[in-house]
Amino acid sequence: MSPVLQGILTIIIGVGGCVGYFYFSNIILDKVIFPAKGPQAGRNINRANQVRPWLFLFPAMFALGLYLAYPVVGSFWRSLFDRSGANFIGLGNYFDLFAESTFRTAVFNNLLWVLFVPAAATFFGLLVAQLTDRLSWGNIAKSLIFMPMAISFVGASLIWRFVYSPNPDIGIINSIRDSMGMASLDPLQIQFWNNFFLMFILVWIQTGFAMVILSAALRGIPEETIEAAIIDGANPFQVFFKIKVPQIMGTIVVVWTTITILVLKVFDIVYTMTGGNFGTHILPSYMMTYMFRDDGRATAVAFVIMILVLPVMISNIRQARKEMR
Amino acid sequence: MDNIAGQNSGSKLAVNITVLILVLLWLLPTIGLFVSSFRDRDQISNSGWWQAPLAVDLNFRTRVAADNPREENGVFVLEGNVFADPALASSFPEGTGTVSAYGTRAVAPGEFPAGEVSELRSGGTIVVERDGSYRIESAEALDRGPTLYFEARTPPKFTLNNYRTVLFADGMDRAFINTLTVTIPATIIPILIAAFAAYALAWMDFPGRGLLIAAVVGLLVVPLQLALVPLLKLHTEIGIGQSFLGIWLAHTGFGLPLAVYLLRNYMVGLPRDIIESAKVDGATDFQIFVRIILPLSFPALASFAIFQFLWTWNDLLVAKVFLPSGAESQVMTVKIADDLLGSRGGDWGILATAAFVSIAVPLLVFFTMQRYLVRGLLAGSVK
Repeated sequence: MSPVLQGILTIIIGVGGCVGYFYFSNIILDKVIFPAKGPQAGRNINRANQVRPWLFLFPAMFALGLYLAYPVVGSFWRSLFDRSGANFIGLGNYFDLFAESTFRTAVFNNLLWVLFVPAAATFFGLLVAQLTDRLSWGNIAKSLIFMPMAISFVGASLIWRFVYSPNPDIGIINSIRDSMGMASLDPLQIQFWNNFFLMFILVWIQTGFAMVILSAALRGIPEETIEAAIIDGANPFQVFFKIKVPQIMGTIVVVWTTITILVLKVFDIVYTMTGGNFGTHILPSYMMTYMFRDDGRATAVAFVIMILVLPVMISNIRQARKEMR
Repeated sequence: MDNIAGQNSGSKLAVNITVLILVLLWLLPTIGLFVSSFRDRDQISNSGWWQAPLAVDLNFRTRVAADNPREENGVFVLEGNVFADPALASSFPEGTGTVSAYGTRAVAPGEFPAGEVSELRSGGTIVVERDGSYRIESAEALDRGPTLYFEARTPPKFTLNNYRTVLFADGMDRAFINTLTVTIPATIIPILIAAFAAYALAWMDFPGRGLLIAAVVGLLVVPLQLALVPLLKLHTEIGIGQSFLGIWLAHTGFGLPLAVYLLRNYMVGLPRDIIESAKVDGATDFQIFVRIILPLSFPALASFAIFQFLWTWNDLLVAKVFLPSGAESQVMTVKIADDLLGSRGGDWGILATAAFVSIAVPLLVFFTMQRYLVRGLLAGSVK
């Protein structure tokens, strides 16, 4: 069967199945298990209403449990076994990883990514949000800066090859160097700094995201506070840093953490730009070198990423619980 | 608010210029890709895309015909014009051009400027003028003409050949259809599942609700990498293996936390009065959901759909792991990253075109549905 047909069939089965499940499970609950008639009608309605939320939740909870919660445990368990999966070796995979210099480089680079990308993207986002705020063509400017959000990491990597290429007739950087009489070089082979060249691709993609959210937050600041500051003689910089930024600090933190999480998942850029060569591996790309070869190692790397995410996860859950009260 | 204190026309100009520079910086790389995708392969590797509208110096080779040498004062003379070579007719349809330099060795095609006389390896001298006419003098008879290399200005050339190659010859059409096949079910199925769950979490009262919401928020940040190995094993065990069904299920599972979270945040904000009066009128939860909540939540549903669409369309990791690696099930991102970058690494025109084909659909969706995308982002993160 052709995949297209299979796809159409899946849509029909998936959507029909969902609608059917919700519709018929409700009918069965109301008419068969707890019918709202007879001597116990009132009690039955109450009981049905206690069960119903779980009917609504079941498919989502099942999928979430199977596809996200179970893998956390499953991956950790698998990481305690060797390559074949038959022999229990405890934390052996982790010890082996930390003994490897590539892994340590990947951890170090990943920390650089986690520090630099969210900081730079938030900074540029805030800058653009503030500058375009009162501009007549601000919306056009914003939507152009927002555009890279729609581009895949693979596409973005190719786009940036036309900037970084060592060939002065293709890469912009080397063309500028060439016109100034300097020899061409490959930016992606300059150890240490090449990490930042790769990071900038992600900054380029994520600035739009930061900008959209921060610009909405800036609009939400009460005008009176700004007017009062101006009457008191504050200059535009003071208004921005002492009045506006403190008021949107909460949103800045949200943007920052969201991008941090994203950074810990992105492997595409390193994979397509350098393949991890020249000291540019990060944990997600490093994991892919073990994928399909050594599941024990791969899951161990994945679990290290999980540990890095953990603080953000805890703070997010705390925040969510605070909002619910 | 245009003329508030502390803002003068000078700073306004500075702001305009700064924003303009930033926008150009952000746009420039993409424009480069777009322009390159229409350029001729030889032109791409000989001049930058920013010089695309200008003429380019390209190298050509021609074999001098030795059919009618003349004898002048004891030396053999061979005359002709390099642009007259029928093999070069596609580059110089009018048979004229401007030679800037020439050479007689392939390693140094532009060794001598036009008009300068140089020695031939076989003995004798040669000169190529700017208009392409050459004159070879030799003491001995020329039985075969030497091969000439020359650099000539060629006018800018834009072609659709790259698109023709990518779309019809390179298997990209197949990859395009595969991407669509992955994307559409993976976008539609999670929406329904998530909408019901979001309604329960937003408007139904039951013990443990707070805990479940916290769990969803927690799952939102679980790195995908953790799921790859255990789920692939699970899929293999239950007989799905690496297949389209497997990737649909995987994308559904990975998209759910964001879907539930976004939709719940939106549904909580719907007016309580409407829902309560519907309940008073005797509507069941199912009716409330289908008749009231779903239509009212359309903006949030749309924004999640756009997110999920962009994410599944642009995904490389999940496709690499959950789909078989053969050409018949490759999606575009995998095709570009694993296939084209390897086999066509130097063919910038094909690469640029393939990349542009792969980002065209998301860009279209993005620019037409931007409103909903922004709304969804805001519902998710600004409280």
